[in-house]
Amino acid sequence: MDSIPAQPVSLTQHVAPLEHASHVIAMGWLGDTLAVALADGTVALHRDGITTTIAAHPDAGLLVAAHDRKRLVTGGDDGRVVAISGDDKVEELGRDAKRRWIDAVAMGPNDSIAWSAGKTITAREASGALKSFEAPSSAQGLAFAPKGYRLMVAHVNGVSLWFPNAKAAPESLEWKGSHLDATWSPDGRFIVTSLLENALHGWRLGAKPSHMRMTGYPAKPRSLSWSHDGLWLSSSGAEAVIIWPFQGDGPQGKAPRECGVRRARVSQGAFHPGSYVIAAGYDDGCILLIRMTDASELLVRPAVRDSAITAFAWDKPGRRLAFGCADGQGGILTLPT
Amino acid sequence: MRGDLIRILDGLMKRKGKFDAIIVETTGLADPAPVAQTFFVDQDVGAATRLDAVVTVADAKWLQDRLKDAPEARNQIAFADVIILNKIDLVTPAALAEVEARIRAINPYAKLHRTQKCDVPVSELLGRNAFDLDRILDLEPDFLEEGHHHHHADDVRSLSFRIDGDVDPEKFMPWINDLTQIDGPSILRAKGILAFKDEPKRFVFQGVHMILDGDLQRDWKPEETRSSRMVFIGRDLDEAKIRQGFLACAA
Repeated sequence: MDSIPAQPVSLTQHVAPLEHASHVIAMGWLGDTLAVALADGTVALHRDGITTTIAAHPDAGLLVAAHDRKRLVTGGDDGRVVAISGDDKVEELGRDAKRRWIDAVAMGPNDSIAWSAGKTITAREASGALKSFEAPSSAQGLAFAPKGYRLMVAHVNGVSLWFPNAKAAPESLEWKGSHLDATWSPDGRFIVTSLLENALHGWRLGAKPSHMRMTGYPAKPRSLSWSHDGLWLSSSGAEAVIIWPFQGDGPQGKAPRECGVRRARVSQGAFHPGSYVIAAGYDDGCILLIRMTDASELLVRPAVRDSAITAFAWDKPGRRLAFGCADGQGGILTLPT
Repeated sequence: MRGDLIRILDGLMKRKGKFDAIIVETTGLADPAPVAQTFFVDQDVGAATRLDAVVTVADAKWLQDRLKDAPEARNQIAFADVIILNKIDLVTPAALAEVEARIRAINPYAKLHRTQKCDVPVSELLGRNAFDLDRILDLEPDFLEEGHHHHHADDVRSLSFRIDGDVDPEKFMPWINDLTQIDGPSILRAKGILAFKDEPKRFVFQGVHMILDGDLQRDWKPEETRSSRMVFIGRDLDEAKIRQGFLACAA
């Protein structure tokens, strides 16, 4: 990121604004198409300044979404799981038989996906083969291992690690509390959950998994992002981005870095895909771009009332940063070259 | 349970503007307190929603039996801001009076509607602001039942205390904090309007179990007599101990 000068400057003039009718749930780049999942059940596809709107969940609400740079997968309160690709193709991949809310979706290797509805966790391979198991409680956090067909399920009092194609019961890792979001480190060595009790919890995997407690948050750390090299994990939930070190044995006993301290709570954080630069979005609508190495800050968006940052997406080369907000506003920052 | 409620409210909050209100229907024998507490202990829920009121539907014919065999039924009556006493056509006027007296012994503060087929205007159920500190205008019972002392054998009941004048906040705050921390599990609801020494504004608070929410409100009006009053609804409350503790806070 040599293009970012050290002195604090504003990048606001490089932001192209976007407008949507409702709360931005998530967003992702599908090639050069920006897909934006909206709470009103639609997905907006922005491409070359033209917007196409897809009714992914007609007459229903869109609750969760995930993407793998090829497809955006959404889950709704209509019990349906839908995939949208960059060429506007819409495909229903799953439907809960009891029409329960889809509480989480995740995308894995080889075009596999998974979703949860109530306690039922379903994994689907590209072939369409479905496997399911009942978790101990409803599950809001799902994450695939970076390699292999293995799913982590966050639930009350711990996580389950499940091989959908194995007969064996899922491996259970216990830690008291309500585990919400789930993430797997890019090297596959660590798993981390966010907790309703304003904390992160991690396990270093191995023959005897060890615990990592990451506490001290004033709010729930719901947004987690790994650095490009997998050595750092950023988290929201405080009045700064809290970044934990995952070199060696992980963060247990180590202090986190704090970047972008402001008098507003960080609601979203997203590491640049190729450098130690992080996009920090706050609940007052402000966005800063922060370089971790020297803590220099660039303003991307000033605070905007009722427009908390709810989603980020870096494109693959790291040239464009898209953001979405609670009131449907959004934008695309194109970094100056 | 709380996690599920927060998750569902989270989903709904992203669609605000698409609905007027959220009605949380619990199972028939649920304890309403954990549901109510969620609106005060969870930051995200607290920031985006406001708990309006707790409504309890009671069956005029069977309530007396449930009060005997189900402690949850007593909790639901005690906790309520609005009670719909339904199926009144199935009981005699004498039996209706009897069941109302039982309800009033537990909770004289709730707004009570006598109904058939729960026919009550929606405006009586929504927009009650029962947990809004600004709306705690007075603590007069909805219904003054002279004979309610006859029912003191009930383990769930309401207590009210009054000091004709100011209290010392330096004494009151530690006392109410200790009381709610120690006796919180027994206290279903608490409300108070207090005159603090040298403070022109009324101090109002309300609580659910251990959770207290209090603030200085409007000025005492010239025609109002400065007095300090508290109401507790709870189970096995030690009336003498609470009275003594409160009276010791007098300024």
